[in-house]
This record gives sequence, C-alpha cells and structure tokens, in this order.
Amino acid sequence: MKKLFAKHNNWFFKAGFILTTVMVFIVLLGQVWTPYDPNAMDASVKAQGPTLRHLLGTDFFGRDILSRILEGAGATLQIAFFVVLIGAVLGTVIGALTGYFGGVVDEVLMRICDAITAFPSVLLALIAIAVIGPGRLNVIMVLGCVFIPSFARIVRAEFVRIKRLNYISLARLQGVGDFRIMLKHILPNTLPTLLPAISIGFNNAVLAEASMSFLGVGVSASEVSLGRMLSDSQNYILRGLPWYAVFVGLTIALLILGFSLLAEGLQQRR
Amino acid sequence: MKFVLKKLATLLITLLILSFLAYAAFEMVGDPVGMILGTNATPEAEAALREELGLNRSLPVRYFDWLFHFVKGDMGTSYIYRISVNEMIGEKLGLTVILTLFGFGLTLLMSIPLGVYSARREGSFADRALTVSNQIVMAIPAFFVAILLTVIFGVLLRLFTPGSFVSFNESPGRFFLYMLFPALSVAIPRTAMAAKMLRSSILGEMQKDYVRTAFSRGHNRRSALRAHALKNALLPIVAFLATTAAEMLAGCIVIEQIFSLPGIGRLLIASINNRDIPVVEAIVMILAVWVMVVHFFGEVISEALDPRLRS
Repeated sequence: MKKLFAKHNNWFFKAGFILTTVMVFIVLLGQVWTPYDPNAMDASVKAQGPTLRHLLGTDFFGRDILSRILEGAGATLQIAFFVVLIGAVLGTVIGALTGYFGGVVDEVLMRICDAITAFPSVLLALIAIAVIGPGRLNVIMVLGCVFIPSFARIVRAEFVRIKRLNYISLARLQGVGDFRIMLKHILPNTLPTLLPAISIGFNNAVLAEASMSFLGVGVSASEVSLGRMLSDSQNYILRGLPWYAVFVGLTIALLILGFSLLAEGLQQRR
Repeated sequence: MKFVLKKLATLLITLLILSFLAYAAFEMVGDPVGMILGTNATPEAEAALREELGLNRSLPVRYFDWLFHFVKGDMGTSYIYRISVNEMIGEKLGLTVILTLFGFGLTLLMSIPLGVYSARREGSFADRALTVSNQIVMAIPAFFVAILLTVIFGVLLRLFTPGSFVSFNESPGRFFLYMLFPALSVAIPRTAMAAKMLRSSILGEMQKDYVRTAFSRGHNRRSALRAHALKNALLPIVAFLATTAAEMLAGCIVIEQIFSLPGIGRLLIASINNRDIPVVEAIVMILAVWVMVVHFFGEVISEALDPRLRS
C-alpha cells in the first residue's frame, strides 16, 4: 500500500482513493446498520424533504431514503464486484493466452473482440437480458461476459509487448516453462495497466447496472438497486419532488467519480 | 479508394454475421404462439397462428426470408399489435436520430474549442480549472446530468415542463427547446472526455520534432499549432468521436426514458418487456447498422487524415 502511494503521488489518485474508500465504507456499513429499516413504512412522514430525522427525506410510503440508498448501493456494488471479477479474470486468461502464443486463434479472437467492443456495452447487455430475462444473477453473468473483451484486449497488448523483451528471452533460455513465464514474469508487469482498467471496470459496471435497472431490464422488480430506485424516483420529479432522484443520482455519480479518479491517478505515475 | 471498399466489405460481412446471431438468439427465447394466445388456446388455433406468422418453417429459411425483406426495407409484423414494424418504428427512429445528432453536434461544438483553448494556455489558471472540471464532469453519468437539468430548468426555472414532450408538428420552437435538454445531457459528459483527450493529444504533438522544426522556421506557438500539430492531434479524437456517436445512441435510450421522449429506445424497452420479437430484432439491427456505419466513417476519416493508416 505504501509503495502504491509513493508511485502514484498525484492529486487524482489521492482524491479518488479517499472518495472510493469513504463511499465503499459507507456502503459496507449500510450492510450491517441503517438508520431505519429500509422497508419500514411510516405514514406520518410521507414524501418529505431532508429533515434531521430523515437526512435524505422519505418516499411516498414514508420509507427512509438514506436507508434505502444504502441497501440499494450495496446491491449495486455487489453486482459491480462480480461483474468486474468475471470480466477481469476471464479477460486476463484469454488475453494472456492469445497474446503469449499468438497464431490463428489469437487473430480470430481479437477480431471478435474488436467487433464486440465496437458496441456500447449497455446495449449488448440489454439485448442479452431480453433473451435470458432479468434478475440479479443474469445481470452479473451478462455484464461479466460483455466486459471480457475489453480486459482481454488490454492484457493481450501488454503480453505481446512484454514477451519480446530481453528478460523473457533470457528466462526462456534458462529453461523456464511457458506458464511459469506468463504467471511469474509477465503478469506482474501488466499490473500498471490492469489496475486502472479494473477501476474503470467498476466505473462502467455501476453505470451499466444503474442504466439497465433504470430501464426495467436489470435486476427484477422485487430487488433493490440504485438503478431501480432511480426509476422509482422519476415519478417524484414530475410531481415537483426532486430530492429523491437527486440523492440517488448523486450516490451513483459519487461512486463513479471515485472509481474514475482512481483510474486516472493510477494511470498517471509521477 | 481501395481501402474504403475493403472496409465496406468487412462492414457488410460483420453485419451479416451479427444479424444471424441476433436472429437466432431471439428465436431461442421461446414460442411466441403460446405467449400471444395464452395457455387456453386450442391446438387448431395455435397451428393456424403458427402458419400465419410463418413459424412452421425451419430457422435458416425464416432467417433468409427475414433478411431478404429487411434489406428491401420491410421489417416484418409485430406479434403483439399485428401492424407492420415499419409503421411502429417510423417517426420514433427520426426522433432518436435527431436527439443523437443534436447531442453529437453539441459535443463537437463545445469540446474542440475547449480542448484547443486549454492546450494553448497550458498551465494557466483557466487550463487547470478546465482540467479539474473535465475530470469531474466526465465521470457524471448522462442520466444524472439529465436529472439535474430537469430539476434546475424544469422544476425550478420552469423553462420546460418535464415529461410533456412537444412534437415538431405542434410547435417547432418548443420542440427544439425541449430537445435541447436531453441533447445537453448526453453531450456534457462526452464533451468533457473529448476536451480532455484533445488537450493531451495536442500537448503530445507540440513536443514532437516536427513542431520544433516549425518553431525554428519562425512559426509561433499558435501558427505551429494551426498549421502542423492540430491535424495530427485530431487523429485519436476522430476514433473517440466515432465511439461517442455509437455510445450516444445507447445513452439516448436512457435519456428518452427520463424526458419521456417517444423515441426508438422506449419502443425497444417496451418491446423487450412485451416479448415482441420482430420489433426487438428490427431495432437491434438498426442500432447495429448505426454502430457499424459510424465506426466505418470514423476509420475512413482517420485514413483520409493520415495516409499511413491505409496499409
């Protein structure tokens, strides 16, 4: 950790790191404690603005918006985590193998990846959800798969670049096996590119989940997530009660801002 | 011209493969007959409907039939409404295209001056302020910009009424005023990204040898930028703008929902929820064609700017 800070001593990294840590900490705290029960209704405080009792106000049912945002953000972050996990792990494996060995498989797979990354990821995921149906698990699977090509491309480019360096030839001359070279000699050196990619992946996953659930083709109707809350809060704007949408949108924006600043900071090494 | 033809051929082949994959995927969703008629239908009624919808033929036959009609401009018949898909999509496509082009135009208009200005005044207060604000604005999702614009200009300032879309035929002036806010919502985050990219691209070019040569021949910063560096600096931006035009269409689906615009995105969502497969297929193909064509133009423009890419 100390090394990471020394390497990335820039404004973006610090701001992104602090913002992300604070947001993730608050969301994790929300998993064990919320000011109110997120589903408890209270007819005496229907559709209020921010008050001291309810810091972010209440919805039409008198439910505490802060508690609901905490619960929804937890679900969204959980989805984002698994999406990035699937995308990064499978993408790294595919990128490493194709980049290291090359050949026809590499050529064909990269063409497919190019074609896939040309399409906006939300659009692809939307179409896939249209085929297999909504639900949290489906969203994770679909978005995870959609995220694979971008990781594969990044990792492949790094493997192609690094495998030509002298220290790899030397390792090979000494009789080190292919997989040991890939795992011990190349993979650690892809981290400076992989880490920002993972941070951007979180950024995109939160955005994609929010957009899809907002459109009603993400998590199913009974589940909570920031995207679903955003779509609920739409009705409030039209009735002149905008704070609900603003707070949900702000939560998503702050999460994304944290990840994107972190990614920017990790890219700038100075 | 040869490279354009080659790109065009790749484009057509990709579209063909894509269309088959999309068609096959949606055909696997399930039997539309059971969904349309419900569970109480007689076998005869089901057979008759299957005949009417042409579902008793094999998948390849149906695919080529669909493709043939699609190319001729006939996108099929909706399962749910039993009217032609062309009729359903018609004007809605126009609205989405207007929104996308409007947003794209705003992005171009705002990002290039901002990026050039910021690069020209590198290190100044204005440049540093722009860099920080770009970094923050680019991370704000389009739908949050949309919510903020709605709250500020719709609810507080009452410049437009959120949720009540005015069609062009009703009042062109109010139509464009209403469309300005969705267009700004998709344009603002993208503008920040493009301006940031352009700035760093220009600064990168300005340090290259050929610009130093230009200085030695008596160019000042401004004329060296205009005569030599700008064209090279725009290259990476062109590819980014192509991605932007593609992403913007996807972004518009969300934005249409927020501003209650009767565009193709809302139709897509409604059709997905209704399992109206012909409509979904048609819209997906239109979106695919748009994405591929946009990237095609991006590549052609890049190659026109830089002949080295043509190999």
